[in-house]
Amino acid sequence: MQVDIKTSNIKQLRNTFSHVARRLGADKPASRYQEATFDMQSDTNFHYRPIWDPQFELYDTARTAIKMADWYSFKDPRQYYYGVYTMNRAKQQDAAEKQFEFAEKRGVFFNLSEKDKEHLIFAVLPLRHYEWGANMNNCFCTSFGYGAAITQATMYNTMDRLGLAQYVSRLGLLLDGNIGDSLEVGKQHWLHTPEWQELRRSMENLFVTKDWFEVFLAQNFVMDGLVYPMFYKHLETRLNPMAGQTFSMCTNFMQEWFVETQRWVDSTIKTAVDESPENKEILSRWFDIWMTETTRALQPLMTALFAEEAASIFMQIKEELLVRAKKIGLKTPGAPA
Amino acid sequence: MNTPTPERTKTPVFIAFVTNDDTRNIVAAIREDNPQATVEEFPAMVKIESPGRLVVKRQSVSDLMGRDWDLQEIHLNLISLSGSINETEDEFELYWGQAA
Amino acid sequence: MSAVPKNTGNKKLGLKEKYGMMTRGLGWDTTYQAMDDVFPYDQFEGIKIHDWDKWEDPFRLTMDAYWKFQGEKEKKLYAIIDAFAQNNGQFNVTDARYINTLKLFLTGVSPLEYAAHRGYAHVGRSFRGVSARIASQMQAIDELRHAQTQVHTISHYNKFFNGLHDFRHMHDRVWYLSVPKSYFEDAQSAGPFEFITAISFSFEYVLTNLLFMPFMSGAAYNGDMATVTFGFSAQSDESRHMTLGLEVVKFMLEQDPGNKDIVQKWIDKWFWRGYRLLALVSMMMDYMLPKRVMSWQEAWETYFEKNGGALFEDLSRYGIRMPKYHEVASKEKSRLSHEVWATFYNFSHAAAFHTWVPEESELKWLSEKYPDTFDKHYRPRFEHWDALQKEGKRWSNPGLPMLCQLCQVPTIFTEPDDPTTTCLRETTYHGMKYHFCSDGCKDIFDNEPEKYVQSWLPVHQIFQGNCGGEGLDNVLKYYNLVPGQDNGEYMGSQDQMNWEQWTGRDHKDAPAA
Repeated sequence: MQVDIKTSNIKQLRNTFSHVARRLGADKPASRYQEATFDMQSDTNFHYRPIWDPQFELYDTARTAIKMADWYSFKDPRQYYYGVYTMNRAKQQDAAEKQFEFAEKRGVFFNLSEKDKEHLIFAVLPLRHYEWGANMNNCFCTSFGYGAAITQATMYNTMDRLGLAQYVSRLGLLLDGNIGDSLEVGKQHWLHTPEWQELRRSMENLFVTKDWFEVFLAQNFVMDGLVYPMFYKHLETRLNPMAGQTFSMCTNFMQEWFVETQRWVDSTIKTAVDESPENKEILSRWFDIWMTETTRALQPLMTALFAEEAASIFMQIKEELLVRAKKIGLKTPGAPA
Repeated sequence: MNTPTPERTKTPVFIAFVTNDDTRNIVAAIREDNPQATVEEFPAMVKIESPGRLVVKRQSVSDLMGRDWDLQEIHLNLISLSGSINETEDEFELYWGQAA
Repeated sequence: MSAVPKNTGNKKLGLKEKYGMMTRGLGWDTTYQAMDDVFPYDQFEGIKIHDWDKWEDPFRLTMDAYWKFQGEKEKKLYAIIDAFAQNNGQFNVTDARYINTLKLFLTGVSPLEYAAHRGYAHVGRSFRGVSARIASQMQAIDELRHAQTQVHTISHYNKFFNGLHDFRHMHDRVWYLSVPKSYFEDAQSAGPFEFITAISFSFEYVLTNLLFMPFMSGAAYNGDMATVTFGFSAQSDESRHMTLGLEVVKFMLEQDPGNKDIVQKWIDKWFWRGYRLLALVSMMMDYMLPKRVMSWQEAWETYFEKNGGALFEDLSRYGIRMPKYHEVASKEKSRLSHEVWATFYNFSHAAAFHTWVPEESELKWLSEKYPDTFDKHYRPRFEHWDALQKEGKRWSNPGLPMLCQLCQVPTIFTEPDDPTTTCLRETTYHGMKYHFCSDGCKDIFDNEPEKYVQSWLPVHQIFQGNCGGEGLDNVLKYYNLVPGQDNGEYMGSQDQMNWEQWTGRDHKDAPAA
């Protein structure tokens, strides 16, 4: 249909939505991230209390000890809204797919000695359950969190963890030639092998932790902050070179993901810390508790995987996390306030 | 793979796609493999109905497209469907009634 | 425990087994904390699940495939949204009256997509079955997609038309928007099994075509290609959602015979609540689309009576029957849209979209589509209001309507068997009287009174002074509704005058629907 547009008369009435304009301070053009995120969650006039937890409203700031004047202060430095998130991950999965194809064709894992396979299955495959636990914890944050800013990002994290669990599973399938037995053995390690039990216990303790911001910090900052460097940075050096290289190649997704995700996690906690001395106190206390807990939980694995180097490597890992913590304003144990 | 059982009703199942080059081939494959299916065209959408059962076969679509078509690519152009679903690597089936 | 898999050759996993390993194999029964503590919400509703492993995954999408396909869809969608904005595609719609359907959509429906995202995230953590959680989580992120793509698409319209600018603020406050808001909050405040029955099954399977077809076909018929595009793109996700709905109901019914009565009760409740919500859509179809697709009556007959019939026939082997009061919906089909539009015409000064008397050609269409009811009961009203308008006395109802305690729609529906009598029902609970629009709503209330006495009824709240204070001006301020721009009669509105100025077209020139 041909439309005769009198272009000289067309004037836009406004640049963006009113609620976005209020946040920007004026009616300015807004980014897609801003329009997708600001105020998307209802915050008033709720009709019914959840019958499954009537002490709270449907969305309730009281579900965490952390207090914010504005829950939209949390800005994702990646500016992920759904479109950008999926398009990014699509590129990354394409690269990962090629890496897995290459590894399968070369049979590097499949042709390892029995002993090397056993070790890899013990060392790595239980991580698929660690990732699944992280999925549950981030889903918990998405369910009970406050404001669309944080919960949007935890939603992406939730699905990322499922993807990560699936990539770890595929490592197993590379090891056992697509039969799946290695995954069963890996699961038995997670459930029964002594070295893995303390980490599993920590994870299960997190499943029943009620403050969603505490869960956020414990899982995304502390646990990941220790586990990821342990397995995806340092472990390679302890594997036989061929396996180590292929392992590193096939876990490139994990390595990149961790670097990217750290930016968001650190920024989120920093925003909460900067808000008030009370928040800083609470977050620092949680950090202390979960740092102690996770350190303890990881020792058996460190010994099993790093032998005589365990102490020094863990020291490095811990130091790096303490540096991160200090940077975002958390009070680190032993450090002056 | 399920084959129709006496309990299966003839109530129609349907599948609808966006109209484009890829779905042209998918629709043609469906017609081949489901002789009782009827095709209806709408603005920007094509809808295929079939009594009781409809099957999309990966091989049939691949043959028509001239490349290896992944059955899961169906998600790119799918608009709507009805019926229970059975999905394998090679076939995507819609049906009403008991699974075989 | 240290058994190494034997290289028994290439007994490769099939799609189903592989997917099982990628999903249900990830979970475990916790031992350091009790499972009931880890999953505190999935048993109180009385639904008994004996074996979560019996859950069938209809679509076997691993995350890498999800990212790949969804990323591809987003790329295409945003290319079209960008092109639409660059080419000023909004000027291609039939006329600016059409934009009012988008106002209703953005303020009423898009916030529900967000609510669905959070609701499914809750379910995605609550079920102890791993596969069920994964399916719910995928839906949770899909719904976030829908909320955001809708906001992004309609953002361009917001730049040129009124009524769209403060949709989130309005959704939580404006009187008719408490209909969708309370509907979804009812589902979110329910347990996970009820939530998923309500939304995945009743809404996204049984009734979905009555939301999708009107809005998306309406968009296509009226030249709104941006909405068509996001509609189709969202629908491909909906296919996955629909299958979840059917799957979850069958799963519950197959797990324990005792589940049937609970499920039937939910099917009854959520059919009725969903149906009442769709009253807004009925008016959209019959009155707000310059170029009409089909009548509400035709849509109801095709998508519920025929399609829904097939579905419930399939479910009858489990002992499930058609939802209670479905026959009332059928009786109302020739009246619903007229009664609702008439109400909004009355209260146009307080609504964030415009209303108008249909053109003569449009009244003719309504007469043809509704031969038994329109000329007899409804045309006279419109002709009366039209006459008043021509005298410069456009009718505006100075009062406030009684709202149904349950569905929160004004109690303006008529008795199922008597279109000349308003349908009113009441219940007394703990000494207080509650009012309803229908037996369907009253039944739902009577079943869970403690829940529904909590309703934040907009009209009650206005009278209690909780909406900005006394008088219309204060209420509109509370709503962030800009008088003279967002509300009132279409003719003479800024939207209408701008449209004429920008496109040189007036809807009075437009051909008959």
